[in-house]
Amino acid sequence: MIYLDYNATTPLDERVLSEMLPFLKEEYGNPSSIYSLAQRARNAVEKAREQLAKLINADPKEIIFTSGGTEADNFAIKGIAYANEDKGNQIITSQIEHHAVLNTCKFLERRGFEVTYLPVDKYGVVDLEALEKSITERTILISIMFANNEVGTIQPIEEIARIAKKHGVYFHTDAVQAAGKLPIDVEELGIDLLSLSAHKFYGPKGVGALFVRKGVKIAPLLQGGEQERGRRAGTENVPGIVGLGKAAEIAKEEMEEEEKRVRKLRDELERRLLSKIPEVVLNGHPQNRLYNTLSICVKYVEGESMLINLDREGICASSGSACTSSSLEPSHVLLAMGIPPEIAHGSLRFSFGKFNREEDVEKVSDVLPRIVEELRKISPFWE
Amino acid sequence: MLEYSEKVIEHFRNPRNVGKIENADGVGKVGNPVCGDVMVIYIKVKDNKIEDCKFQTFGCAAAIATSSMVTELVKGKDIEEALNITNRTVAEALGGLPAIKYHCSLLAEEGIRAAIEDYKRRKGSDD
Repeated sequence: MIYLDYNATTPLDERVLSEMLPFLKEEYGNPSSIYSLAQRARNAVEKAREQLAKLINADPKEIIFTSGGTEADNFAIKGIAYANEDKGNQIITSQIEHHAVLNTCKFLERRGFEVTYLPVDKYGVVDLEALEKSITERTILISIMFANNEVGTIQPIEEIARIAKKHGVYFHTDAVQAAGKLPIDVEELGIDLLSLSAHKFYGPKGVGALFVRKGVKIAPLLQGGEQERGRRAGTENVPGIVGLGKAAEIAKEEMEEEEKRVRKLRDELERRLLSKIPEVVLNGHPQNRLYNTLSICVKYVEGESMLINLDREGICASSGSACTSSSLEPSHVLLAMGIPPEIAHGSLRFSFGKFNREEDVEKVSDVLPRIVEELRKISPFWE
Repeated sequence: MLEYSEKVIEHFRNPRNVGKIENADGVGKVGNPVCGDVMVIYIKVKDNKIEDCKFQTFGCAAAIATSSMVTELVKGKDIEEALNITNRTVAEALGGLPAIKYHCSLLAEEGIRAAIEDYKRRKGSDD
């Protein structure tokens, strides 16, 4: 099998698993209890908090563990909205956010909040002029993703943070795709809130975190016990958190090497597919893009039919994002980038990771042109 | 990935009757590229019988499989018999379709009807 869907999820790193195992077995203590079994669990959670804080150059106190990226996004947006209602009711986001952000914003819209969805250019970069223009005295939050999950485009995060700061508005970034892949320094970039998820960088599923800068006024999403300093109630997912911490530590250490290796593979597949298949469009920013992501639109054929054929050859890829593959709508990201719907229906995404090798590039660049040729023979648009 | 029946996958992988019929007696084009499905059905009619039927489809695996199946179902049938073929007939012949793909079988029914209508219109203007 050739796995090329690392933006959907990643396999667990063996070293992460070994770190987690004791906490799935004998180290089952509740971190809130007094005895030493429990204190070992508490220490493990705090160690993970430090490991994760180092990944993004935050203070460990600014890390709140969640059940994943979706909860972190919900927490950031609803938490800021509810805690700052006295200041205003406007939220600014973009048209290409993950549904965890978009649907949270829509939810708030139905409850009296005003949401501005910023347009993007043909590469998927947010329009900074439109951003600045849309800020009013009612604006309480700007939420723009770090890097896009479907096309990989990286946003001008530093500039966005600067604009937010200038207007005294909180800035949240959904960094679920960027964390663990790109170096992120929340201090240097001026980020107030940042969401991330463990399973996107070889950690376990069901655990993530929200970074909340000290002093940011935020309401908790969950009410209950005093865990996470009263900001996220519920007994901690100790094995998951331990896994997230270890995954963060490994990512920090190996990121640079991994980037070099993976970028080469991605670039080679990109070069081959674009030269071997006629009428293919590259999606996303040609340079400012996640080094592991290759998104293309193959004209005159439909994405799902290509995916099923790839699957028959043991190749796992995706069309649009995994979250939308059961819907019939073309990707909202591609549409926002101005790609016509009939072309957006032919999108394919290959996202690389740790276990990909050159042979994978060979195989895909060998198989996909044949698949496209066969499907185009059936297509009424291909003459 | 969606759960497709073996029959759907089989027809998708080895579609029957692919292509254009030059000098077709009727052509039906249904669907919309914006929605991600376009089906073109060609028929050749002799003595009120569908002698040949071919298709070209842009769409998902289900759209390709339903196109292939409907061409198989109508071949050799009288016009009236062909008009009796519904989306259910197509879906059942394929061992069922995932709910979200039911519209593909509807497209196949519409496609063959459109081709027959086109045939009737052409025949009408010949007389």
